[in-house]
Amino acid sequence: MLAASVTACGDDSDGGSGGGAKTLTYWASNQGASIDFDKKTLEPELAKFEQQTGIKVNFEVVPWSDLLNRLLAAATSGKGPDVVNIGNTWSASLQATGAFVPFDDATIGAVGGKDRFVPAALAAAGAPGQPPTAVPLYSLSYALYYNKKAFSDAGITAPPTTWEELVTVGKKLTKDGKWGLALEGANPSENSHHAFAFGQQWGGEWFDAAGKPTFDTPQNVAAVKRYIDFMAVDKIVNPSNAEYAQNQSITDFANGKAAMLLWQAAGNAAKAQGMAPDAYGVAPVPFPATAPAGGKKINSMVAGINIAVFKHTKDKDAALQFVKFMTSDAEQVQLNKTYGSLPSVTTVASDAAFQAEEQKVLASVLATSAAPLPQVAEESKFETLVGTAMKELFADAASGKPITEDAVKEKLSNAQQQMGS
Amino acid sequence: MVTTTTAPEEARPSTPRKAGRKPKSRLPRSKLPYLLLLPAVALELLVHVIPMVVGVWMSVLELTQFQIRNWSEAPFAGLDNYRATLDFNGPVGEELLHSFWVTVLYTTLSVGLCWLFGLFAAVFLQRPFPGRSLLRTLFLTPYALPVYAAIITWTFIYQRDTGLLNELLTVTGLVDERPFWLIGPNSFWALLVVSVWKQWPFAFLCIMAGLQNVPTEMYEAAAIDGAGFWRRLKDVTLPMLRPVNQVLVLVLFLWTFNDFNTPFVLFGGSAPEQADIISIHIYRSSFITWNFGQGSAMSVALLLFLLLVTAVYLLITNRRREHA
Repeated sequence: MLAASVTACGDDSDGGSGGGAKTLTYWASNQGASIDFDKKTLEPELAKFEQQTGIKVNFEVVPWSDLLNRLLAAATSGKGPDVVNIGNTWSASLQATGAFVPFDDATIGAVGGKDRFVPAALAAAGAPGQPPTAVPLYSLSYALYYNKKAFSDAGITAPPTTWEELVTVGKKLTKDGKWGLALEGANPSENSHHAFAFGQQWGGEWFDAAGKPTFDTPQNVAAVKRYIDFMAVDKIVNPSNAEYAQNQSITDFANGKAAMLLWQAAGNAAKAQGMAPDAYGVAPVPFPATAPAGGKKINSMVAGINIAVFKHTKDKDAALQFVKFMTSDAEQVQLNKTYGSLPSVTTVASDAAFQAEEQKVLASVLATSAAPLPQVAEESKFETLVGTAMKELFADAASGKPITEDAVKEKLSNAQQQMGS
Repeated sequence: MVTTTTAPEEARPSTPRKAGRKPKSRLPRSKLPYLLLLPAVALELLVHVIPMVVGVWMSVLELTQFQIRNWSEAPFAGLDNYRATLDFNGPVGEELLHSFWVTVLYTTLSVGLCWLFGLFAAVFLQRPFPGRSLLRTLFLTPYALPVYAAIITWTFIYQRDTGLLNELLTVTGLVDERPFWLIGPNSFWALLVVSVWKQWPFAFLCIMAGLQNVPTEMYEAAAIDGAGFWRRLKDVTLPMLRPVNQVLVLVLFLWTFNDFNTPFVLFGGSAPEQADIISIHIYRSSFITWNFGQGSAMSVALLLFLLLVTAVYLLITNRRREHA
């Protein structure tokens, strides 16, 4: 039964070159407000590439909900696209499949060399000590987005820099059916990203040096509890957020139902929902007022999209040429400007396209206080299991159950036990 | 057993053969049916049997992302996956067992309700009256709608703040605080409602067709004997519907037990624990956590369980029919 579904997802698009004209197949991830928007964005760029090199690129924008399954199907069958976008948190997991061309020194040299890329972003492209399995394409980080009008109406002059301040501010803003903070409680990936950043601040690690899961340490319990408590204890989050999994929190933020949002590059999505860029401010994600023992100055994961080449490609050179094109200065400016993300190469960081408030904050977080999610093969399990445990905790919090340390520990221990299988 | 019911047919001489008319160049008659079955068997092998065998093979391998490119490299795990899966004291087995019981409850309630709704709707629409065809069409609508679109609509209905259901409940003053439907304990009932809504028209359709075979004289005779509605339902309708019901309940059971679309679209990849039915649980155990060997072991265990239930069910219902 399983095998049937695996092969059923397989894609028959012909990878590699035909006889005369070279053709590549490319799966792009969904970066803009819609699949259509992405198609319109990429089409002219790929036409440029064909003009420059004579290589035609057939592309498809794959929704995030399908991308990982389709990548797995392609890896299993050895058929499918030549070049793909991957979520950078999957890098080590996908690297373990051995289905991708490793970017060893010679290979990365062919696309411009290791030094070209933003170091933090390249660190999220595979397990440490191994050649990266991909190179970074679009870079992102988390930031605190806040509604300027709601803040000034409540007499708040500056965005909070500590969690304590965020709670105080959030309580002031929670009234008349409006809420201080919006979050995506039923989305396991989103939850796990916060589990990571909060974990770092509370001195926790999700995997030890040997790659063994350490989910239920006191530090991680405290970190997860801090995040859930925004709803459970501080009551600055609408309990409805416990069922949010389709970016409803951005909608709530954009239409003023919630005054703050922790998100990666929310600008474009907010704009798509009708919120003007001058209506919100962007600040780094807060820290605890006094750092817990062992706490790190980390307030975001290194978020982003990497671009990888399947080993089964029939024309590795053409595929690498395409990767080089996508990471070239001109394309990095053009594409990241359109998507509201940051360039993954150092050469264009100072370009005028990235000097808006939002991009400046994201870039500074990425450069100074972001860390990659654990680059271990079991990372995707961590996202699913810990993210789902937090989803259940939010569901409990929403229905008024007290969220004790023991309750958090029990959920995390349970998640950890399932890793062992 | 089936064989006893067909025995008389086998004993009966086949169509009278006219001596000397059979041309010798043709295929022997005994082989023709096999030849005609060949394409179906080949397709059946391709579509059903081979993937099943591959699934069984995967279930004895330690197949994770490290080996999916080349399955032959996957270490042989023997029965380890089954041991982890069916050890109900371990974390994996415990969750599976929980999911199994949720599924049993979900299936029992869903099949029972679908069958009841289908039966009563079909019985009430048996006699012609104005508006009957309109009602029939209306009842069949959920079955005609595309599954995904219909379930996505249900997710909108169930949303806590903006959903239609909570709007109705608060406007009518039935509840003060808006309840959650897509998370927490209510999610089970939300899932059940969608499942029944989606599936009962099939029961309705089958039973309606079955009722066409009940001769009206039987009802007339029963009415003359003074049998009321319930008596006629119990002693005429239900016995005459037994062959239809036998197949209908089995098919509904298998569909509901294996239902993937409803929870997947309603809840996304990870269902709330109160509504964590087994197909989505297996999906999460294999695709999302990349443990394909273990997911396959769960699938095979599920397959064996369903085979067993089906076999016992057919055995019991056939025996009862013989005795009837």
